[in-house]
Amino acid sequence: MSDNFRPKIVAFYCSNCASSAANVAEGMDKALPDNVKMVQVPCTGRLEILHLLKPFEEGADGVYVAGCQEDSCQYVTGITKAAKRVAYVKNTLEQLDIEPERINIYNLSAGKGQAFVDVALEMNDRVRELGPVLSE
Amino acid sequence: MIVAEPKPIKEILEMVKDYNKILVLGCKGCVTVCNVGGTKEAAILASTLKIAARKNGKKIEVEEHTLERQCDPEYVDEVKDMIDDYDAIISIACGVGPQFLSERYPTARVFPGVNTKFMGGAVEHGVWSERCAGCGQCVVHHFGGLCPIARCSKSLLNGPCGGSSNGKCEISQDVDCIWDIIVRKMTELGRLEELLEFMPPKSWITARDGGPRRLIREELVI
Repeated sequence: MSDNFRPKIVAFYCSNCASSAANVAEGMDKALPDNVKMVQVPCTGRLEILHLLKPFEEGADGVYVAGCQEDSCQYVTGITKAAKRVAYVKNTLEQLDIEPERINIYNLSAGKGQAFVDVALEMNDRVRELGPVLSE
Repeated sequence: MIVAEPKPIKEILEMVKDYNKILVLGCKGCVTVCNVGGTKEAAILASTLKIAARKNGKKIEVEEHTLERQCDPEYVDEVKDMIDDYDAIISIACGVGPQFLSERYPTARVFPGVNTKFMGGAVEHGVWSERCAGCGQCVVHHFGGLCPIARCSKSLLNGPCGGSSNGKCEISQDVDCIWDIIVRKMTELGRLEELLEFMPPKSWITARDGGPRRLIREELVI
């Protein structure tokens, strides 16, 4: 893929653990790539399938969800529900002949500031590798 | 409720591949309750079609609208001023919806977006199970309130067949033997002897075997 390709990535992150991780990252002076648009949600369990599809409809090349560990969701099953919806959207993308790797979910925890930045970089690299959604 | 499931998106894309202005039409009845054809699902399908168009570099317009019900003419009439604006209509109501639309708007190209499965209910969140076969002559009161017509693979009325094993039907370990459940329930209730009543062969003339059905209630006809 061209070095000039800057993917548009939308990240949904939970206002509990992932948000704390973001604060830790900020304290560590770690910056996210500026092509990653961050959207904070009260709990990843609030994310509907439509929320995960809309960014792709509106031009995003990748989407990811950063939430809690499965055993430490404040709302118990939020991250589990989000994982099922991400799996559903992966399946939808596959049916559309779009790489399912363009959407992913990550389990973070409050103190993991470095991990918060790492998942953004990982998604950025992955989607850069995949290129734009549009078929050549 | 009438239970349905989404058609595979590839099948829907193939149906509407020649159309550029598409209306996804939902229904607020049964298909909303079983999370397949309501306002939310209409938005999901519309978004999915737009993503497919983006992927294929195709310009299409997709809009969504949801009717109160697609099985009543007065609600189907609601879209009369907009139907001609679209090349294709995808109805995500049960199989009744696309037919009512096709009858009301004969020139419209109407496509089904869901596969209608059965009449049933939610046994847990996200899981539905068949309860009624619409046979036209309800007999559940003879069987502890449970229907062997819809829930026995052979629709047996006088006890289980030899394929009942450990409470499961021989067709699949995922299918409960309804006769096992009926006998256990009636035993617990001390009403087992009621099952000794012989059920004569059922007349299926009130079911689908009697041909397409129609119901007229004169007291309601205007």
